[in-house]
Amino acid sequence: MTPGDTSDLPMDEHRLTTPVGAEDLGRLKIGDVVFLTGLVFTGRNGLYQKLFEEKAAPPVDIPSLTNVTFHCSPAVAEKAPGVWEVAAVTATASFRFEKHVPMLMDQYGVRLVIGKGGMSPEVYEKHFKRLGAVFLNTVGYGIGAQYGRGVKGVREVHWLEELGIAQAMWVLEVEGFGPFLVECDSQGNSLYGLALGESNETLKPLYEGLPLPSLRRLGEVHNPEDEVF
Amino acid sequence: MRTTEAAAIRASLIREVAFELNRRAAIAIPRDVESSIGDLARRETQKLSKFVLLEIVNNYKAAVDDQRPMCADTGLPRFYAKVGNDARVEGGFVALERAVREGTAEATRKVPLRPNRVHPLTRKDYNNNVGIHAPTVDYSWEPEADWIDLTCFQKGGLFGGDYRMLFPQDGIPGIKRFYLDVISEFFKRGLSCQPAIVGVGIGGTKDVCVRLAKEAACLRVVGDRNPDPGVAELEEELHEIGKKTGLGPMGFKGEGAVLDVHVEVAYTHTGGMPVSIHHQCFALRRATARIHPDGNVDYRENPLWFTGYYRRETVS
Repeated sequence: MTPGDTSDLPMDEHRLTTPVGAEDLGRLKIGDVVFLTGLVFTGRNGLYQKLFEEKAAPPVDIPSLTNVTFHCSPAVAEKAPGVWEVAAVTATASFRFEKHVPMLMDQYGVRLVIGKGGMSPEVYEKHFKRLGAVFLNTVGYGIGAQYGRGVKGVREVHWLEELGIAQAMWVLEVEGFGPFLVECDSQGNSLYGLALGESNETLKPLYEGLPLPSLRRLGEVHNPEDEVF
Repeated sequence: MRTTEAAAIRASLIREVAFELNRRAAIAIPRDVESSIGDLARRETQKLSKFVLLEIVNNYKAAVDDQRPMCADTGLPRFYAKVGNDARVEGGFVALERAVREGTAEATRKVPLRPNRVHPLTRKDYNNNVGIHAPTVDYSWEPEADWIDLTCFQKGGLFGGDYRMLFPQDGIPGIKRFYLDVISEFFKRGLSCQPAIVGVGIGGTKDVCVRLAKEAACLRVVGDRNPDPGVAELEEELHEIGKKTGLGPMGFKGEGAVLDVHVEVAYTHTGGMPVSIHHQCFALRRATARIHPDGNVDYRENPLWFTGYYRRETVS
C-alpha cells in the first residue's frame, strides 16, 4: 500500500548483495534506505551513445557482472599505470537518460538504477513496473566522499580512451555502498510523486499577488506546478 | 606616494598556491557553510529532510577525515584574482595565467578532481580540466595594496541558474516571482543540490547581472549582508520567502532549502531591470590565499571579493 504523506514513511534499512534478486527488489518500499555490496557499473551519456546510438558491442558481458547501474562518474586517481583509486562518486541527473535506461534494462538485464532526481512517472509505469525494477536516489546529491568510502576497488574500466574518465564505463567493487533512498519501487510507486504534490501545496500561496513578467519567452512553462523537464 | 616598487611575486609560487587552493576547496567545507547546515540539521523536524541533512554533515567529516573530495563532481575549477594596485608578478600576468593552468592540471591528477572539462561540440576530454577559455580567471583591483588574493572556486552545476529581462514596472514583485520560479524549477527533485546559497544579480547589463548573481552566491559567506540597507532588507525578505516554500533538501518537505540570499546591484539602463539568479549547492568548494611579495602565503576561507572599491562605492 502506498502511504499518502512522506512524513509517514518507515524508512526501513536494507543491506543487499548484487546481483539483486527479484525477491529483494520486491521488498523495497519508497523512502527505504539501501546499502549495496558487490559490483556496480557506471553509465551516462557517453556509454549510452556508444551502446545504443553507435550500436557498439558491449565491452563486457554486463549480465554476468551485475544488474545494478549508477548514473555517475568518479573522481579517480591513477596511482600506477592502470591502477585506479576512486576518491569520490556522485550521481548526475537521471531524467536525461530516459530514452536509454529502458534499453539497458531490456537488453542487458539491469534492474536497479541509481541516480539523481528520479525519472518521470511515465517511464516508471511503462518500464520499471513491467520489469519489477527499482530506482534509487543518492542522498543529498553531493555526498560523494561517503560513497567513495564504499568503493573498494575498480574491477575494470572500458572505453576510457575514447570517452575520457568522466564518461567511461567503470565497474566498481562496492561494500556497504550507500545510503541510497528508494525513489521508485517495483510497483512503480514514486517518492517524488508524493513529494512534488506536497511542495506544490506549500508553494502555491506564495505566488499570490505576484504578476507574470511583462516580457515572456517562447517555449517556457508558466504554471509553477509544471516541471521543467 | 611610494618610492620603492614591490618585489615581484614568483610564478612558481602562484602555481603551488593554485594547486593547494584546488586541493583545499575540493576537500574541506568552509566553516560558515558547515555550521549553518549543522544548525539546519538540528532544527529540521521532517524525518526525510533531517536524514538527508545529517548525511550531508557526515559527508563533510568523511571528506576531511579521509582527505578525499566532498563531491565527485568537482565542477569547473575557476579563479578570481584580486590584485593590489602595486602588485607585480614575475613574468607578468601571462605567467600568472600559465601558473594557474598548470596548478589546475596537477590538482586534477593528484587530488584527484574529476576531469569535467570537454570541448562543447566534439566532447573531447584531455583529462586535465584545462582548455579553451578555461579555467577562467576574473580580475578585480584593490588600491593601496601589493598582494594578490587568489580564490579558487570549483563550480558545479548544470542546474540552478536563470536570467530574466524585467522592466521597472515589474518591480520587487517581479523579482520575487522570478525568485520563486527558479526555486520551483530547480529545488523540486533536488536538482540544485540544495540547501543552496541563492545569489541575485539586479541591474547592469545581461552579462553583468549574471556575473554578479554567481559571485554573490559563491564569493560571499553565509550571514553576510549587503552594506546598502535597502538591498540588505531585500536579502532578508527573500530568505524568509525561501523558508516558507516548505522545501527542504532534495525537494522533500522541510524548511531549510535556502541557506542564505545574497543580492548585488549594478547601475542599469533606464528602461530595464535585468535580473539573474544563481543557486550554489551545499557542497560549496572555495578557498582563498593572499600571496605577498615577500613569498608569504596566508590561506583563508572568506574570499572578501566584494570590497568597497570593487562595488565602486568609493569612486566618484
